[in-house]
Amino acid sequence: MIATLAKRRKPAAPEAPHPSGDKRFKILETQMKRYQFKQDALIEVLHKAQELFGFLDEGLLIFIAHGLKLPPSRVYGVATFYHFFKLKPQGAHTCVICMGTACYVKGADKILASLEEDLKIKSGETTPDGKVSLVSARCIGACGIAPAVVYDGVVTARQSADDAFAKVKGWMGHVA
Amino acid sequence: MLLEDLIKIQETELAARKKCTLRVCLAAGCMSLNAEAVKEALEKAVQEAGLANDVEVRGVGCMKLCCEGPLVGVDPEASLYRQVTPENAASIVSTFKGGQAEAEKGDPHSPFFEKQFCIVLENSGLVDPDRIESYIAADGYFALRDALREMTPPDVVAAITKSGLRGRGGAGYPTGLKWATVAKTRSTRKFVICNADEGDPGAFMDRSVLESDPHRVIEGMIIAALAVGAEQGYIYVRAEYPLAIKRLQTAIRQAKQMGLLGSGILESPFTFNIDIRIGAGAFVCGEETALMASVEGRRGQPRPRPPFPAEAGLFSQPTLINNVETFANVPPIIRKGADWFAGIGTEKSKGTKVFALAGKIKNTGLIEVPMGASLRTIVEEMGGGAPDGNTVKAVQTGGPSGGCIPASELDTPVDYESLTKLGSIMGSGGMIVMDQTTKMVDVARFFMEFCMDESCGKCVPCRVGTVEMHGLLAKIMAKKATAADLRTLEELCDLVKNTSLCGLGQTAPNPVLSTLRFFRNEYAELLQPEPKLPAGAGKLPVPSSA
Repeated sequence: MIATLAKRRKPAAPEAPHPSGDKRFKILETQMKRYQFKQDALIEVLHKAQELFGFLDEGLLIFIAHGLKLPPSRVYGVATFYHFFKLKPQGAHTCVICMGTACYVKGADKILASLEEDLKIKSGETTPDGKVSLVSARCIGACGIAPAVVYDGVVTARQSADDAFAKVKGWMGHVA
Repeated sequence: MLLEDLIKIQETELAARKKCTLRVCLAAGCMSLNAEAVKEALEKAVQEAGLANDVEVRGVGCMKLCCEGPLVGVDPEASLYRQVTPENAASIVSTFKGGQAEAEKGDPHSPFFEKQFCIVLENSGLVDPDRIESYIAADGYFALRDALREMTPPDVVAAITKSGLRGRGGAGYPTGLKWATVAKTRSTRKFVICNADEGDPGAFMDRSVLESDPHRVIEGMIIAALAVGAEQGYIYVRAEYPLAIKRLQTAIRQAKQMGLLGSGILESPFTFNIDIRIGAGAFVCGEETALMASVEGRRGQPRPRPPFPAEAGLFSQPTLINNVETFANVPPIIRKGADWFAGIGTEKSKGTKVFALAGKIKNTGLIEVPMGASLRTIVEEMGGGAPDGNTVKAVQTGGPSGGCIPASELDTPVDYESLTKLGSIMGSGGMIVMDQTTKMVDVARFFMEFCMDESCGKCVPCRVGTVEMHGLLAKIMAKKATAADLRTLEELCDLVKNTSLCGLGQTAPNPVLSTLRFFRNEYAELLQPEPKLPAGAGKLPVPSSA
């Protein structure tokens, strides 16, 4: 009994600051502390990490694994399971095309196809110059105003392929 | 907080009401059409007209007719303006002084509004979702007080059972039975989860309820926790609904401040807390066991049942899990009585159902009708039929787990059993209308692609079956398939339906099966004749005598 107690590791000691000196790691650490480093808060922590860094790279996932005392495989497994988490850097602008049923029957597939052709990338990819990411969403719940497209977080109603192209072309023209 | 305080808040709030009210819809649909600027313009116009003492501009939840947004309602004359812009907003204010409104008038007495019967949406478009006082003024939290002071937990369970309420998430399991099972278990730690992971494409009822009346869902959860003896609750909401998350956070904070949530609710020993868990874009997390895995911070993969969540759910503890709309039905049942609720709807399906009407239809938006209303009433009378002289060809209910109901079956009453009989399901309430230009094989392929992408990959029938079925549907679409491929498709449908682990796989073939049932000719038109076998094929070679 005494031997096992002695062997048991000390509970969550404060971590050393991240060697890169990036302040965002500090914020992330505070977030983990808010959840008392509970392992079931993994998804919340990943949300915060993506909000801070834009995407989740390997170092970041390992940092989170350390913080929550989880195997990196588990963190990687969760991050890859959910569509919301991005493991690659995203473009300066994001164009999300809703492909829910209501938008689909109203021609969202045509908007996506024409944008894919114009930008020469597939849905889920980013243009080589890093300016625009093209994403398709399952349903954003804006079915009453279909087809809907989300430009940089702003939901826009009743879009056509031309509307979307004009908007995206505006982004391509200048540096964010 | 005692009853007296609750009544006092209600009285103060009602006394502070001004003579006229301008209600501006601030739900996600209208927000994306610039409703916030409309509200600001209205406030400014009221100030400038010197009517600040008589006219209140109130941001409210969904006013249901989403396609005509932004909507502005005027009380007490109950008129409605549609497609209001910040520019013509001032003219609405001028009507109080005898002016003429430039904004287009909507008809609040059209069948779209008149045929609705609102229980879940009774406050939607009337109360300010950001202010708890507004909800209390509409008799909010009085049901909680009754449940806590006048009833015992078994009374609450009995009332829900008697009301005949069934789960609004799709399967229609009797809610009272579920509550009783959790209440019966002997565990010191129980959980209540609200499933707000509205993944069905084309459904937005839960989003609207959370954005328009978040306190109603919270009150329903507290009553449920009281009935089953839980101390911790979670609301699992999609990351795609940022506004709903924000309003829920505000609502939870306000309820805590007022002592309606947290420890010692309404100065009783009862304690209950609610945390929000944000989903991360996985459709399968709408399945209850997958959702609980996700709340625990793991991959959202379902597990076999039993044990059912009511016995061993979240963190292996007894867990009550219900949909947003189910919880939203609870406060009115407690407040107005189980008999009142049981008097609405059909014999087996009680109460009302909220539907999200979308697709090729004139009036898109939210409707709430008593169970048993016919699809024709919903689509043709309320929805106004297909726009631009087109004809309605089919109605899709239940999202990727449901089916397509042809126009010839529009007289079907909407209840759990009738829709199942037609090979569709009630589902969470998405209703997509399709016109004659929609190709049904393409619709089936669309849903199969959805299920293929969203399959979690745990069980083989779903993981492999959906890919194979999608391949076959794509082949049919490309006019390269033969009757043999169609037979394989049907066999696969049967196999996946009967052998998958969870609801996603078990219902994935539904769109194919229902379109095959009602629109088989569309498949047949795309098929190629079977290639003729070369002479002698299929016969065993005759061994030559050596």
